[in-house]
Amino acid sequence: MATLSDTELFLLVTMIKIAVVMFVLMTTVAYLSWLERKVVAHIQSRWGPYLVGPHGLLQPLADGVKFLFKEDIVPLEVDRVVYWLAPFLSFALAFLSIAVIPFGGTFTIQGRTFNFQITDVNVGLLFIFAVTSLGVYSIVLAGWSANSKYSFFGGLRSSAQMISYETAMGLAVVGTLMIAGTLSLRGIVDGQSGTWVIGTFNTYLPRWNIFVQPVGFFVYLTAAVAETNRIPFDLPEGEAEYSNMVTVSCLATLLFFGGWHGPLFGPGWLRMLLPIFWFCLKVFCFLFFYIWMRGTLPRFRYDQLMSFGWKFLLPLGLLNVLATSFVVAWLSA
Amino acid sequence: MEILFYICAAVSVLAALNVVLQRTPVYSALSLILVLCLLAVIYLLLGAEFIAVIQVIVYAGAIMVLFVFVIMLLNAGREVPSERSRLARWLGVPLVIAFLLEVLWAVWNQFPSGTAPAADFDAGPAAIGHLLFRNYVLPFEVTSVLILVAILGAVVLAKKEE
Amino acid sequence: MIPLSHVLTLSVILFVIGAAGFVLRRNIITVFMCIELMLNAANLAFIAFSRYLGTLDGQLFVFFVIVVAAAEAAVGLAIIIALYRNRETLNIEDLDSMKL
Repeated sequence: MATLSDTELFLLVTMIKIAVVMFVLMTTVAYLSWLERKVVAHIQSRWGPYLVGPHGLLQPLADGVKFLFKEDIVPLEVDRVVYWLAPFLSFALAFLSIAVIPFGGTFTIQGRTFNFQITDVNVGLLFIFAVTSLGVYSIVLAGWSANSKYSFFGGLRSSAQMISYETAMGLAVVGTLMIAGTLSLRGIVDGQSGTWVIGTFNTYLPRWNIFVQPVGFFVYLTAAVAETNRIPFDLPEGEAEYSNMVTVSCLATLLFFGGWHGPLFGPGWLRMLLPIFWFCLKVFCFLFFYIWMRGTLPRFRYDQLMSFGWKFLLPLGLLNVLATSFVVAWLSA
Repeated sequence: MEILFYICAAVSVLAALNVVLQRTPVYSALSLILVLCLLAVIYLLLGAEFIAVIQVIVYAGAIMVLFVFVIMLLNAGREVPSERSRLARWLGVPLVIAFLLEVLWAVWNQFPSGTAPAADFDAGPAAIGHLLFRNYVLPFEVTSVLILVAILGAVVLAKKEE
Repeated sequence: MIPLSHVLTLSVILFVIGAAGFVLRRNIITVFMCIELMLNAANLAFIAFSRYLGTLDGQLFVFFVIVVAAAEAAVGLAIIIALYRNRETLNIEDLDSMKL
């Protein structure tokens, strides 16, 4: 095999990483809709999709084909440019944030070390927040461009909800940041390897942030559900945004559940691939949790939703930041 | 690296022109958001990664959302040119171009294109935090009071009179 | 490396476009957006100088400008909403008296 130069190798590996991540993400998003229909159906004592393929496994494909042949209805008097721009924007942003998510340790090719991550940014967490903060536009523009006052109200409500819960979400992760001392997602995960040791006593609990930041985790999880417009906070549109769901689940795994850390065993290749398995398993648990919640909880009313976000989650997040900073300062003093 | 800067610069100038030339405020706002994001990319190229991200989060993601909200809330449509705005065009544009040439002349004289950048330095969040809470504590606290006043002012101003 | 003068040129061009919009536009919201454009042009100059002088202070200034711009936008837009409620217009030529 001819050896590649460093730049060529870097480009090749990056391209492969992007292709694999895109493929996995697209498939996950497609099959999340299947999973959601199946799980909700079983919760409600129904069968769910059953006709296309075994257990309806080919249903996402059938849906895709159906969407391709569907007539594109453009209502009268809509703002064409914005009408097309809004959904495009929401997809582009959803894919953009996945680029900085690390999903495993490192691997070595020809003596060069690569991360299991498309790109490692040292402000990775802020990058994700930046991308999600732009996601508001896709909703508000979609609502406005349809030139109907009802969709406009829906868009306004939805974006007000997203902005309100974004602040709580930002505050919720500050605690983990203070513990990790870095904004790099890889650095945050690296700080969660091993087990908690109190003095000389090994607790055999994994060193995940969830055990020291339960309040932060609660605020993050609740705000993330609202941010992605899922039940019980889904009143603005009642539709699911699967790829954003994947992003917030990945982030929850990275920040609070130790990312790809888990028990390692077996031969070398297994040790390399197991972290990715642990990461995917944790993300899957979060995704299942989302769907489970949809099958269980009723919907909030809009004013309840706003007062919950501003009067409960936000103060709770602030208190968490305050308490964490005192403890961190006390421990480091 | 350099080529990316020139692409971003060219597109941001076009988008900025679009901000000014569009008669529909929503399009102006969208172009301005594009300018802000491109500026964030340029900040990244200039090694200011923290400010670049803050620019997107605060400027593009929060301040411009306010603008878009208000434009949609007030249903601001196309603006109609009036007599005086024509006067502004015939008088204003030459003046503005003269101003542009003057400042450009000053810049090119003062900083010939050979000016080399300083060596790479740490512009990460930690370095900015240290500077912010050591050398700039007073401005920081004053701005936080300013923000508080602004919040109160906005609530009082926008509240409906009963 | 990008020459300092090129970055400053971009900054000047953006500033002048903002100034031109400030003079030409009649919609008060667009005028306000042109002010934001001018602020950003100044920010770009700050970042460029910070890079070429090798100090972080320029970036700190940008930080403060962004914060102040947020406060300014909140108050300014609230004023615009209050104005619109009283006058039902966004055209700055119709907003020419001090009294309501």
